[in-house]
Amino acid sequence: MEKDTHFILGVYDDEDVLLHAVEEVRGSGVRIHEVYSPYPVHGLEHVLGYKRTRLPIAAFLFGMLGTTLALTMQFYMMRFDWPMIIGGKDYAAFPDFIPVSFELTVLLASFGMVSVFMISSNLKPWAQPRIFDVRSTDDKHIMAIDIANNSALEVEKIKEILKSSGATEVNKKSFE
Amino acid sequence: MQVTSSVREPLVTGGKSYHDVTHDVARHVEAKPNIRWFLAFLTSAGVLALGSIALLATLWEGIGMWGLNKTVGWAWDITNFVWWVGIGHAGTLISAVLLLFRQKWRTSINRAAEAMTIFAVICAAMFPVIHMGRPWLGAYWALPLPNTFGSLWVNFNSPLLWDVFAISTYFSVSLVFWYIGLIPDFATIRDRATGLRRTIYGALSFGWDGAAKTWMRYESVSLILAGLATPLVLSVHTIVSFDFATSVIPGWHTTIFPPYFVAGAIFSGFAMVLTLMIVTRKVYKLEDYITIGHIELMNIVIIITGSIVGIAYITEFFIAWYSGVEAEQYAFINRATGPYWWAYWSMMTCNVISPQLFWFKKIRTSIVATFALSIVVNIGMWFERFVIIVTSLHRDYLPSSWAMFYPTWVDVGVYMFTFGLFFTLFFLFAKFFPVINMAEVKAVLKSSSEKVHK
Repeated sequence: MEKDTHFILGVYDDEDVLLHAVEEVRGSGVRIHEVYSPYPVHGLEHVLGYKRTRLPIAAFLFGMLGTTLALTMQFYMMRFDWPMIIGGKDYAAFPDFIPVSFELTVLLASFGMVSVFMISSNLKPWAQPRIFDVRSTDDKHIMAIDIANNSALEVEKIKEILKSSGATEVNKKSFE
Repeated sequence: MQVTSSVREPLVTGGKSYHDVTHDVARHVEAKPNIRWFLAFLTSAGVLALGSIALLATLWEGIGMWGLNKTVGWAWDITNFVWWVGIGHAGTLISAVLLLFRQKWRTSINRAAEAMTIFAVICAAMFPVIHMGRPWLGAYWALPLPNTFGSLWVNFNSPLLWDVFAISTYFSVSLVFWYIGLIPDFATIRDRATGLRRTIYGALSFGWDGAAKTWMRYESVSLILAGLATPLVLSVHTIVSFDFATSVIPGWHTTIFPPYFVAGAIFSGFAMVLTLMIVTRKVYKLEDYITIGHIELMNIVIIITGSIVGIAYITEFFIAWYSGVEAEQYAFINRATGPYWWAYWSMMTCNVISPQLFWFKKIRTSIVATFALSIVVNIGMWFERFVIIVTSLHRDYLPSSWAMFYPTWVDVGVYMFTFGLFFTLFFLFAKFFPVINMAEVKAVLKSSSEKVHK
């Protein structure tokens, strides 16, 4: 069977049932493709075994870039390129450079991190998402299982595991 | 495991299910705009159109059309700027600071408050731009582009330039924060829609699918944006206050300004959130989401910040006397007893006395009283800025230069223009965007509703 085309969907009503279900389903050897939820469920990433996101590191690096750019720009313009005495201060009046450096740090950290988030999660206006079940943005949690990825287990067996883990419905969904 | 406190009031009342949340919020986006909405929208668009005459007069003839003179060089323009930017502090405070403090009640009001922030900052930013007189050359004065109009580069020692960076950073980061929160809700509307609406909200939702991995990243992004936005929101009004505090004008150069301005900004921002939310919850029947509990909590923030502002007024007076500097002492006596005494006492009444009424539980849980006082607070905060700016300037160092400021119709008209702009944008938002953050409300629903509690 082709990969990434035929799925079994477990539909869950409750976030706590879902969390236990994910543990159970994974415990019985089924590989979960992904879980789709209408709102963030705390702890779901742990039971799914996802590694912690490295977005905070991206934010820090972009922030450092912002600080560096801001300080370099201000020292270059005020001290080297066109030095002027303003208010009897030193050309390189460092304390005066802090506000702009702070603002540019925040600006680059935010925009850099959000851009990385958009790219890594494939969020863009022309993206066509694959919708397993429209209720996943309303009130249901949808657990998707790729049949091709679980060839060791029979489809009926997977369905049974989902049912016993607390799924209110078990459906099949295929994509072209 | 869910622990339910029997003492705490639920955040969302009415025993809503997850689907009810979606339905109650999304139906306003899906419904055809009714006659009331059109009336409200056309009224604000009309005010915008009328005000734009004054704006055009300013741009065509120059700022000589305003009531400024060579003694009072800043008046309504900068008063309005500081007033709007102050209002623009509540949204990010609610969504960022309250997120860091894990105040879950923020989820019902953060979307509309952030929208209000963005619109208020747009209105605020207009004033520094047009007060440059020839805004089409403004980029050379405000941005580090080499030019020969003055010095080669902009002056990084000037708080006015820090303001350019602070306001524009604040605006863009708030916009991004707001939009990231909107993406999952646009996806909800997309999945309920067909045809053209599906295409439009599909593009707006950036292909969101609610995958657990994306939610994990989304949560991380929200938390870090909140961490970045918290010092940012404090820095913005601090830097606005530097515009005055780093000068040599008696009444302006006081070190108390940064905390005092920030408290005042939160004070007026929460008042404006209340003004708008009380109307929105009534019109959209969202009483179960924005409960009396929410209104009471916001009123408590108003008492605290209003009292900080009150103490700051008294401290200023005390320090002026204690400093022994005659010019400083005169500036403050003149504020309270000089020709602008009425402005000073309007400010004192509206900002210091009126919020103290919220100590009474009856008043802070009354919708009518809250609505009335929220408007009183914003009138008071406008007078605060007017008092600081105009009364400090109108008595020059040379008595021969002493003058009064009288606004012209253009001053009034430009202020009207920003009101029209603000409400036009807000009504568009209320019609086409989900006014409550559905995803975040659903995330706190479990502790609030019996239907979803197992």
